[in-house]
Amino acid sequence: MKLTVDRLHVSLDRRPILREVNLEAAKGDIVGLVGPNGSGKSTLLRSVYRSLRPAGGVVRVGGDDVWELSARTAARRTAAVLQDSGTTAGLSVTEIVALGRTPHHGLLGRDGAEDREAVADAVARCGVTPFADRDYTTLSGGERQRVLLARALAQRPELLVLDELTNHLDIRARFELLDLIRSTGITTLAVLHDLDLAARLCDHLVVLHEGEVVAAGPVLEVLTPDLLRDVFGVRGDTERHADGVVRITYAAQPLALDREAEPVER
Amino acid sequence: MVVAVSIGAVNIPVGDVWGILLRHLTSGGATDDPALDQIVWTFRAPRVLLAALVGAGLAVVGAVLQTLVSNPLADPIVLGFSYGASLGAVLVITLGGAALGGLGGLGVSGAAFVGALAAGVLVFALGQRRGRLAPTRLVLAGVAVGYVLLSLTSFVQLLATPTELRTVMFWMLGSVAGAQWDQLPTVAVVVLTSTVVLTLFGRRLNALLAGDESATALGVDVNRLRAILLVISALLTGTVIAVAGGIGFVGLMIPHLVRLTTGADHRRLLPLTALLGAIYLVLVDLLSRTLTRPNELPLGILTALLGAPFFLWLLRRNKGLDTV
Repeated sequence: MKLTVDRLHVSLDRRPILREVNLEAAKGDIVGLVGPNGSGKSTLLRSVYRSLRPAGGVVRVGGDDVWELSARTAARRTAAVLQDSGTTAGLSVTEIVALGRTPHHGLLGRDGAEDREAVADAVARCGVTPFADRDYTTLSGGERQRVLLARALAQRPELLVLDELTNHLDIRARFELLDLIRSTGITTLAVLHDLDLAARLCDHLVVLHEGEVVAAGPVLEVLTPDLLRDVFGVRGDTERHADGVVRITYAAQPLALDREAEPVER
Repeated sequence: MVVAVSIGAVNIPVGDVWGILLRHLTSGGATDDPALDQIVWTFRAPRVLLAALVGAGLAVVGAVLQTLVSNPLADPIVLGFSYGASLGAVLVITLGGAALGGLGGLGVSGAAFVGALAAGVLVFALGQRRGRLAPTRLVLAGVAVGYVLLSLTSFVQLLATPTELRTVMFWMLGSVAGAQWDQLPTVAVVVLTSTVVLTLFGRRLNALLAGDESATALGVDVNRLRAILLVISALLTGTVIAVAGGIGFVGLMIPHLVRLTTGADHRRLLPLTALLGAIYLVLVDLLSRTLTRPNELPLGILTALLGAPFFLWLLRRNKGLDTV
């Protein structure tokens, strides 16, 4: 499903966090949202999964303003994997995956064949089956993220919102998760701290800096040496290698450029 | 429960108890032995029923509050509801109805109910930030409000005569000894409806376990859910404490016992918690009137004394709670 963010303004405690943000993800696209800490990435995600009402502008999922939809209708379109892990102790892995069926039921709704099928599919697809009966708290970081991704897929969403899905995971778990996301074919908006991973996963990147979009487009066009220096404060260069993977090469002293330009006074 | 009715200061054969109960339930005629009839029908039957309802109500409130504020220590006491009820009750007991005007007209139960609701509203108002109900803030507000109410209650107790003080103590420690048939319908309706309604919210309560933001992304209006559940919880607590006084432990421990044994899915957890809470309080009440026969112990003393060791034993066996 198509995602359109149109001239979005968001404020928290009257402090503007996002200004005039535009973003688009075509059906099936994987769009990476990158930027330094505090640039407004998570805030942008919150307005997409309908947690934060914007002060101005519109977020459209499948052509509808998410705030015109009910919370449940919006959640049947958009699923999110976030960083608040909650206190799911006491729920089994399968029960956590089944939380994904929440928006498909009202107060009187009972689990039916469709729910069981959606949960079983998600469990199988995310490779959760081997630990489906274990306690969530005994799982490794990579296993936990698979469970949360399975929960999102059990929602049967048409847009996935991911906040730092691969944080604290070992390299293999990261690659496996990225492959898994690619294999779903679902339109995805993903916040990623690691630019290498972002370059590997995404079709397009959107760079946020101090609440504004400073660059957007195909990975190679966005991650230029100038942008790496101006936004992230590091020196580096990006190129597509023969195997098709985009890699970033960082220089030995990331801030050397800045030091040459503005000598630090002591 | 029939067995619980048969045992007490005077033991009555279970068969006779059935006979008396059946006769009252069918034709309403008097029994051969008026003394036995009175013990069974007027004193013990309503008392056992009330114990069951109170136990169920307190346990369900505890389970819901623990999820609502994402804190395994939450119960009506931590959130200040119980202290609100105490203050209301103690005011009426010591100062008497006349001194308090309208509040006095409510009697001890009415004042306790109003107190619990008022405390609930206060905690609710203080627990907000930017129009959102924040879990940690709610707990801290509850504890702070609770301390203030407790201090006020202690102050009022200083004004009490020794006789009044005994009544206050007995009330604060909780008892279902004063159960009467005409109290039961209200309590039964409130406890049963709340339990059913809260169980219907079970799926959303489950989603809340994933964290506020994740629950929102699962289509749950978290703020509205908290508001609705807090109102139901305060109502339920108020109703139960008003008739039975400050019974601790049940609301805190029974939900954890159920979670440790059958899991945290609220659609199962809440009905089972109600059931176990009911059974537990009936048993404790039974002990409270048999251990020191013919004298009675307040329930609040026994609930923790009996339950805590069992709970600690279960805690040691089960490592799952470490990460709650």
